[in-house]
Amino acid sequence: MGDFWNDGDPIVDTAAPEGPIETRWERRKFNAKLVNPANRRKLTVIVVGTGLAGGSAAATLAEAGYHVKSYCYQDSPRRAHSIAAQGGINAAKNYRNDGDSIYRLFYDTVKGGDFRARESNVYRLATVSVNIIDQCVAQGVPFAREYGGLLDNRSFGGTQVSRTFYARGQTGQQLLLGAYQAMERQIGLGNIEMNARHEMLELIIVEGKARGIVVRDMVTGEITTEMADAVVLASGGYGNVFFLSTNAKGCNVTASWRAHRKGALFANPCYTQIHPTCIPESGTHQSKLTLMSESLRNDGRVWVPKRAEDCQKPAAEIAEEDRDYYLERIYPSFGNLVPRDIASRAAKNVCDEGRGVGPGGLGVYLDFADAIKRLGQKAVEAKYGNLFEMYQRITGEDPYQVPMRIYPAVHYTMGGLWVDYDLQSTVPGLFVVGEANFSDHGANRLGASALMQGLGDGYFVLPTTLGNYLANGPFEKISEDHASVKEAREQVEGRIKRLLEIDGDRTVDSFHRELGHIMWEYCGMERTEEGLTKAIGLIRSLHEEFWQRVKVPGTGEQLNQNLEKAGRVADFFELAELMCIDALHRRESCGGHFRGESQTPDGEALRHDDEFSYVAAWEYATGESAKPTLHKEQLEFEYVHPSTRSYK
Amino acid sequence: MDIKVRVWRQTDPDTAGKMVTYGVKDISPDASFLEMLDVLNESLILDGDDPIAFDHDCREGICGACSMVIDGVAHGPEKATTTCQLHMRHFKDGDVIDVEPWRAAAFPVIKDLVVDRSAFDDIIAAGGYITAPTGAAPEAHATPVPKVDADLAFEAATCIGCGACVAACPNGSAMLFTAAKVAHLGLMPQGQPERDTRVIDMLQAQDDAGFGGCTNMGECTQVCPKGIPLTLIGRLNADYRQAVRKKF
Ligand SMILES: Cc1cc2nc3c(=O)[nH]c(=O)nc-3n(C[C@H](O)[C@H](O)[C@H](O)COP(=O)(O)OP(=O)(O)OC[C@H]3O[C@@H](n4cnc5c(N)ncnc54)[C@H](O)[C@@H]3O)c2cc1C
Ligand code: SF4
Ligand code: FES
Repeated sequence: MGDFWNDGDPIVDTAAPEGPIETRWERRKFNAKLVNPANRRKLTVIVVGTGLAGGSAAATLAEAGYHVKSYCYQDSPRRAHSIAAQGGINAAKNYRNDGDSIYRLFYDTVKGGDFRARESNVYRLATVSVNIIDQCVAQGVPFAREYGGLLDNRSFGGTQVSRTFYARGQTGQQLLLGAYQAMERQIGLGNIEMNARHEMLELIIVEGKARGIVVRDMVTGEITTEMADAVVLASGGYGNVFFLSTNAKGCNVTASWRAHRKGALFANPCYTQIHPTCIPESGTHQSKLTLMSESLRNDGRVWVPKRAEDCQKPAAEIAEEDRDYYLERIYPSFGNLVPRDIASRAAKNVCDEGRGVGPGGLGVYLDFADAIKRLGQKAVEAKYGNLFEMYQRITGEDPYQVPMRIYPAVHYTMGGLWVDYDLQSTVPGLFVVGEANFSDHGANRLGASALMQGLGDGYFVLPTTLGNYLANGPFEKISEDHASVKEAREQVEGRIKRLLEIDGDRTVDSFHRELGHIMWEYCGMERTEEGLTKAIGLIRSLHEEFWQRVKVPGTGEQLNQNLEKAGRVADFFELAELMCIDALHRRESCGGHFRGESQTPDGEALRHDDEFSYVAAWEYATGESAKPTLHKEQLEFEYVHPSTRSYK
Repeated sequence: MDIKVRVWRQTDPDTAGKMVTYGVKDISPDASFLEMLDVLNESLILDGDDPIAFDHDCREGICGACSMVIDGVAHGPEKATTTCQLHMRHFKDGDVIDVEPWRAAAFPVIKDLVVDRSAFDDIIAAGGYITAPTGAAPEAHATPVPKVDADLAFEAATCIGCGACVAACPNGSAMLFTAAKVAHLGLMPQGQPERDTRVIDMLQAQDDAGFGGCTNMGECTQVCPKGIPLTLIGRLNADYRQAVRKKF
């Protein structure tokens, strides 16, 4: 495998305090240096991203007195992709008195992450979870309540306790509006300088420290350099490398990737989460996929025809004995409620066997006929009415009459920039929060935990740890003429010029779609050495073709949505290659990463703790033919001991 | 199906725009309206033309980015549906569909179908929040909120800030948007201390941003993808009168 990467030094210092896990965060906070309130105004912090992580961080830092400059690519900070989260947010409040605790949430998260997360970070996340709910309620987030006026909870994603707080199916929207309003208050007070429709295209490093970013004003095309004492990336996940995913169209890896190219290690890029219940593709025009709540599997039964030749027939014409309720058959005790990754892989397997239904044979049925018979249409409507309506709006089919069709789709990326306990990357002064970092979820994220992590990072963790760093400042003022600043700016200008000058004969989207196909096929639900090696070759040649044949219309000095896309897709190419290399090197199955070669005789994921109990942090390959370098952060499990899951 | 679209093309804020007709062939009825435009844009690019610029992101009806007036109606013909959730099966083969940007004094056109809605953010910055600095929050269960109030507040809070209400209003008023936020926060006990200043400051910001006055035409609620009811404007007016009475 030496063909694809080099081995580097291990990572030994994660900045996590030692000692009892319950008090590590307390001790970190106590030992953190404080910034004199009078000095804070003189310190500038750049925050890229206004989702739950960036929005909460910007508001909190501004309240603390720092001067904050915020950036997002949408026309308003309120539209960050966090707005789309549906199900809920976890917190160890134990309001149900059902045995929940900080320790249990910590335990569930480490186990759910398939023992590939750092215990110290996860414990802290569970600790701050309770403060998040208090904070959001104080802001007026309209969580669901019971008749007594107290907060309602539900159980989510197979946990045995009810710890998920929610606001109908729009939890992300309501939490984000809370953070956005707190931000707007600080904008009104002049403490945050908001730059919507501005895209970060490069990181500026001066004398080893992150000191600024290069941004493009997406309306005028003007390129500027923005300086600060520290830079925070809160730019979200990279699921769109697959082209089709449940992410918003603009989600991208550019901010993280630019930092990676400048020295920040990228951890576990191959860990992706694929959600089993999404609405399938309807044709070649498909531009994104829509998630349907997982709760549907509580009452719907998943099946495909036993025989491939039946797949073209309407569902109603397929007799009961000709249907294969494959989840119930393979997993008799969990049935339709097996975890996300198992349900996803099983769906792909039956479709690969030629037994898929709907356009292209890429779908399986989720049938409510039994539930309607058992509970009555009214009861089913009360439970799932809004989801059925959404399904019908998109597909034009009535799920009360014909079974729904579902198919797995890319949903979340656990990998991201490597950060230490302080959420600082390997570039001093560059902090990374939310989905953009790799921390907390290991190889698999539990439902309702991304919102918790984003807000935990932004409201509670970063403001403390960033203060510790800034206590060494204010740092020397950097002029725009500094060689490093000029160089970063020239890199951005050069790239834009190059993209515009190719003037080839293929659109950006056509490249992005093709890249997505490669990734889905070879680096999706099941990965093999053969497939990944092939994928790396395919990605490299398509990448080369991109720089020769892409056609980007228009100029750089105007609103140019294709230029924006082209820059993002160019970075996706590089990321895709690293994802495949990471997947290739990890010769085990864990969480969202399933290696065909590493399974039990009955097809379950097989971890290899002896060999792979580490975080794979990659250093960017410099030079033309150079390979990325692998740095390992060994994981210690002092509290939760690795075990194997079983759903049979 | 084959259709034609007549689209507003405008290169920048300072140049006059015009409607331009394009044919779109062989489009699937299952495609969304935005996907139909994607397909058209792909062919425009390859023909060396400028693709049509439009705002969009989530394509799930929740971010509020998409914003088109379709055949004269903000977000198009389907009720309670954003542009991104509108599908081509609601049109017929041979249809000629008009596509225009939001038009309102406070929302200047940037390019083609993209407008500047930052005035909405200014209204929120003026008072659309509850002051609750991080770290100062009491235990969440310290203040129970009656379920009816919480549910009503939630309904008002579902506004996605798309601006269709403004685009549909003959006066270009932002009243439904502002009313939704005033109701959301005013219905919660946490929102009471700032209730009076909030409504006064937000209405002031609305005027300053160049939105028109509300004359109860009700067009806003007709196009609102989230069904924000007109009654919230009545609630806002009552809040405003009370706040002014207390102040003077
Ligand atoms: C459909 C769906 C449903 C989900 N449901 C749940 C759920 O129920 N519970 C849960 O816990 N999680 C859920 N998740 C996951 C969760 O929503 C996300 O992981 C989380 O919201 C990410 O937040 P974030 O702040 O890290 O990033 P985002 O919200 O993605 O924000 C990224 C920000 O960065 C900005 N940005 C990006 N690149 C640049 C750049 N180059 N320059 C400038 N700005 C940039 C964007 O403008 C944006 O403001 C769901 C995800 C999806 C897709
Ligand atoms: S009130 Fe309705 S139409 Fe107006 S911005 Fe909100 S969601 Fe859009
Ligand atoms: S694109 Fe988000 S609401 Fe339409």
